[in-house]
Amino acid sequence: MNAAVNVEEKLFQNRYRVDAGRPHIRIKQPDLCRTECGTQSCTYVCPASCYKAEGNGSVTLITDGCLECGSCRIICNEHANVAWEYPRGGYGVLFKFG
Amino acid sequence: MNERFDAIVVGAGPAGNAAAYTMASAGLKVLQIERGEYPGSKNVQGAILYSDALEKIIPDFRDDAPLERHIIEQRMWVLDDESFVGTHFRSDDYNKPPYNRYTIIRAQFDKWFSSKVREAGALLICETTVSELLVDGNRVVGVRCDREGGDIFADVVILADGVNSTLARKAGFHAEISPGNVALAVKEILFMPQEAIEARFNITEDEGVVIEAIGKITDGMMGTGFLYTNKDSLTIGIGCMLADFKGSPNRTSPYAVLERMKKHPAIAPMIAGGEMKEYCAHLIPEGGFYAVPRVFGDGWMIVGDSGGFVNSVHREGSNLAMTTGRLAAETAIAAKEAGKGFGAASLKAYKAALDESFVMKDLHKYRDMPDVFHRNNQFFTTYPELVNRAAKTMITVDGVDKKTKEREIFGDFRQKRSLVGLMGDAFKLWRAFR
Ligand SMILES: Cc1cc2nc3c(=O)[nH]c(=O)nc-3n(C[C@H](O)[C@H](O)[C@H](O)COP(=O)(O)OP(=O)(O)OC[C@H]3O[C@@H](n4cnc5c(N)ncnc54)[C@H](O)[C@@H]3O)c2cc1C
Repeated sequence: MNAAVNVEEKLFQNRYRVDAGRPHIRIKQPDLCRTECGTQSCTYVCPASCYKAEGNGSVTLITDGCLECGSCRIICNEHANVAWEYPRGGYGVLFKFG
Repeated sequence: MNERFDAIVVGAGPAGNAAAYTMASAGLKVLQIERGEYPGSKNVQGAILYSDALEKIIPDFRDDAPLERHIIEQRMWVLDDESFVGTHFRSDDYNKPPYNRYTIIRAQFDKWFSSKVREAGALLICETTVSELLVDGNRVVGVRCDREGGDIFADVVILADGVNSTLARKAGFHAEISPGNVALAVKEILFMPQEAIEARFNITEDEGVVIEAIGKITDGMMGTGFLYTNKDSLTIGIGCMLADFKGSPNRTSPYAVLERMKKHPAIAPMIAGGEMKEYCAHLIPEGGFYAVPRVFGDGWMIVGDSGGFVNSVHREGSNLAMTTGRLAAETAIAAKEAGKGFGAASLKAYKAALDESFVMKDLHKYRDMPDVFHRNNQFFTTYPELVNRAAKTMITVDGVDKKTKEREIFGDFRQKRSLVGLMGDAFKLWRAFR
């Protein structure tokens, strides 16, 4: 069901002010995703597809398209492996309509 | 900032704006802090605005608020893959001013509300994220911002920082939200000529239609979709419980359910040709009555989504946000007048006011609802299919007599769900709605 949908195309419509070099969300212990997390649900639940499952079993995170919803932090409840903050004031997504 | 304030309000959504407006109008010295470039730039809603809650704050809001259409028709659809069964309620009563509800575009609405807050005398700082509360012993004494020299002090801090409620959580006032108590919604805005919208929805200028939909579009998850008419755009969105997304056997993504909804044969023609200009995602606190945390303490109160004040059964949130914001503000005003300080003993009047208002009464009425739906996903899977099949069986004219058709439908229900199951479901619904 997911395969046919190109979320990048959707995100392309949005405006962002990216805080270059200062991602507001971080995977605390990247190893944990590979060794302890069987589901890696962040890779399909994130509505901006910021989390990617890599071939070697690890998960990578690029926050540029983040919609700042908070889902990734909440679903990582078994491992609490997401360090989550809002972007600095004025940075991040900028909704024109919301 | 060396200045000291009577009150600091964190957030400039409907809850924070209601609180700041009410306090500033009463002469309190109010500072409001918003992390977005402008109020609304971070905020997402369907969006239906219920007049009553705003009227109680700004009675003549209709004079200049950016309102899209007043709603004259509400549709509720139950979808399977090809069909829908629905009820439509349209009434000319909704065409008589003052109108009961409107569609709005949140980024524009929040900007407007904020201009009223500033006119009332509050000081607003944007592009500033509050990183934590300043606590002295048990008492909240101010906030720390992500700007240089960013400690600011006040007698009371009102937390209107939305569903993630990062500040109260960091201060240890409540625990992390559980995935079963929150829905994740995604939505798009689709622009098209005003005439197309009016023709497709059978409405004239300023009239609006809202559609709420449940059924197979959510891929077995507990959730609902919506389609709302704005002036020259439609908003379409869908939200499901975060726990269901997480546990989705198909590893279904939010944008995938949205795309599936857009392609549904009952929906596709209504949105055809719409130009997509924005894609948003946001959480909705849906834990209801039992998930509302402690909402006041020494020097602090929580309002709006940050306190979980959403009636998910009726899809009301912004009105609870404004009402809780107003009640917290009135509590602060009374505390200042009484001169007895802003300790928990004085702010407990806020909780009492909440309990007396529709906010807690409605949440209490539906206290078991989230649980019933969550533990019985047949309401979102089996039933929509059965109901649509039943309608089709009865309506299709094919030479089979109606009695036989009835038996067929009954058999269908019995096969999918035992008699005990059917009666149990009816009972559960009755008990939760009662
Ligand atoms: C898809 C969707 C559809 C909805 N549809 C409806 C509807 O039709 N009708 C309805 O009544 N309700 C609806 N709701 C619910 C409604 O949007 C919310 O209940 C309402 O927005 C809550 O208002 P709030 O002020 O509490 O929070 P928010 O609107 O989220 O405002 C919080 C504000 O605080 C700011 N902020 C947060 N943290 C910080 C910080 N640390 N420092 C500085 N600023 C901060 C944010 O930028 C934001 O401006 C919907 C919600 C969603 C997601």
